[in-house]
Amino acid sequence: MRLDWELARRGYRRYAAYPAATVAGVFTNTIFGFLRGYVLLALYEHRDVVGGYDAADTLTYVWLTQGLIATVYIWGWEDLAIRIHSGDVATDLARPVDPLRAGLAFDYGRALYHALFRGIPPFLVGAIVFDLTGPADPVAAAAFTLSVVLAIGVSFAWRFLYNTLAFWLLHYRGAAVIAMLVANLFSGFIIPVAFFPEWLKTVAYATPFPAMIQVPIDVFVGRLDGADVVSALAVQLAWLIGLLVVCRVAFAAGTRRLVVQGG
Amino acid sequence: MDDGARVYLSLISAAIRSQLQYRISFALDVVGMFLVTFLDFAAVLVIFHNVPQLGTFSVSEVAFLYALSAMSFALAEFAVGHLDALNQLVRTGSFDVMLARPRGTLFQVLASDFRMRRLGQLLQGAAVFVYAVSGLDIPWNAARVAMVFVTVLCGAAIFSAVWVLVICVVFWTVEGRESTSAFTYGGQFLTQFPIDVYSQWLRRFLAYLVPMAFVAYFPGLYLLDKEDPLGLPSFLHFSAPLVAILAAFVAGGTWRFAVRHYRSAGG
Repeated sequence: MRLDWELARRGYRRYAAYPAATVAGVFTNTIFGFLRGYVLLALYEHRDVVGGYDAADTLTYVWLTQGLIATVYIWGWEDLAIRIHSGDVATDLARPVDPLRAGLAFDYGRALYHALFRGIPPFLVGAIVFDLTGPADPVAAAAFTLSVVLAIGVSFAWRFLYNTLAFWLLHYRGAAVIAMLVANLFSGFIIPVAFFPEWLKTVAYATPFPAMIQVPIDVFVGRLDGADVVSALAVQLAWLIGLLVVCRVAFAAGTRRLVVQGG
Repeated sequence: MDDGARVYLSLISAAIRSQLQYRISFALDVVGMFLVTFLDFAAVLVIFHNVPQLGTFSVSEVAFLYALSAMSFALAEFAVGHLDALNQLVRTGSFDVMLARPRGTLFQVLASDFRMRRLGQLLQGAAVFVYAVSGLDIPWNAARVAMVFVTVLCGAAIFSAVWVLVICVVFWTVEGRESTSAFTYGGQFLTQFPIDVYSQWLRRFLAYLVPMAFVAYFPGLYLLDKEDPLGLPSFLHFSAPLVAILAAFVAGGTWRFAVRHYRSAGG
């Protein structure tokens, strides 16, 4: 536990070391919040409710997703693939700590920094400019926080998993781009999953992606309550554990065929 | 052909040849990207699954704008997409080496790569274009066909100019790179939809000042033979080439200004 804590602190500090990058990221996330917000608001010229969301829910959804981009970090993470590609992963294997566990602890540290400095600021801008929906009560707020914590874990396990493809592929970047586009759509990051046609909704909920973005948001805006919240959190936890097991298997299989040149 | 163009062509053809060395990997990339970028377009279809119209625009009309924007953006990514790594060049000191060479720095950076892998996106844009046109009743003639090509090329030029302009921020702060995405990828997003959905301040800033409205929206109104919901004058429909040239001059000037004020990262 002590070790995980120390790793998490380093994760936090690594990202805290670049404040200008944080400002740049907040700027971009905020501009995109406005763009996406106005596009989705145009849906309400014709209807009052779309997929169970009213206009305020949809704007809340948009600004939450903009805050969750860096916090949950569903794309753009290639740390492990780069280490596999360069052979540095051999160093990780020689360390007395499991790379998956170390990566997860480090990522939770990173996520705390990003939640505070890249998650909250764009959401505040959105809340000042638009009328947004808030969590109904402190219990819903607590459930949202817990859901985000689980979402970060699911996202990390997913990133770790597709990064292990670098053991088999010479060019992992194509895989990374595909991973990003798939996650973008099915997590409900571009459009709420509730807006999907039924068959596409079924496809989405058969994947771990809604557990990264859509579930925390549905908890926040109160689309899920009571027993539904508990079961949604349980599904997130199941995906987290399941993906971590698959990560372990994939990483072990990858290391068995790993050849590091000139060590 | 002048010397600069000859050197540029020989450098990028070398870059393309090197990317084609891994044939299967290249083919998978192109086909994979072609298929997967439809997930991006699926978002547009999901919107229209819920509403019949976005403002005064139908699904085919939005798809038409999307296609023009996607093809322009793919061409821009071919030519200048690797500018996103300029912060790395500055940080590692590779950019300082370029200053010592007898060619312009922008020329050297642009000639260093050519993202042929983006071919999949260009093909996807073309496929969406076919889908859009099949659902529309466009009065095609020679002028309109020519206008499609002019629009895509001018759109690519505007995207590229904006890319060059905003990436200059890394000459002042290497960490500021991500702020440029608001204009490059943000511009790509903005141009996929009719600009009348955006509020006025955002239109003024991103559509007219950063001239994204000239990528797909204004020429698109002419091609679709459509009334402008904003009621702006119709000469704007044909202004993209002028705007592209102007944008290129502003971008080139900014780059020169930035490089003159550039102080090495001290590597």
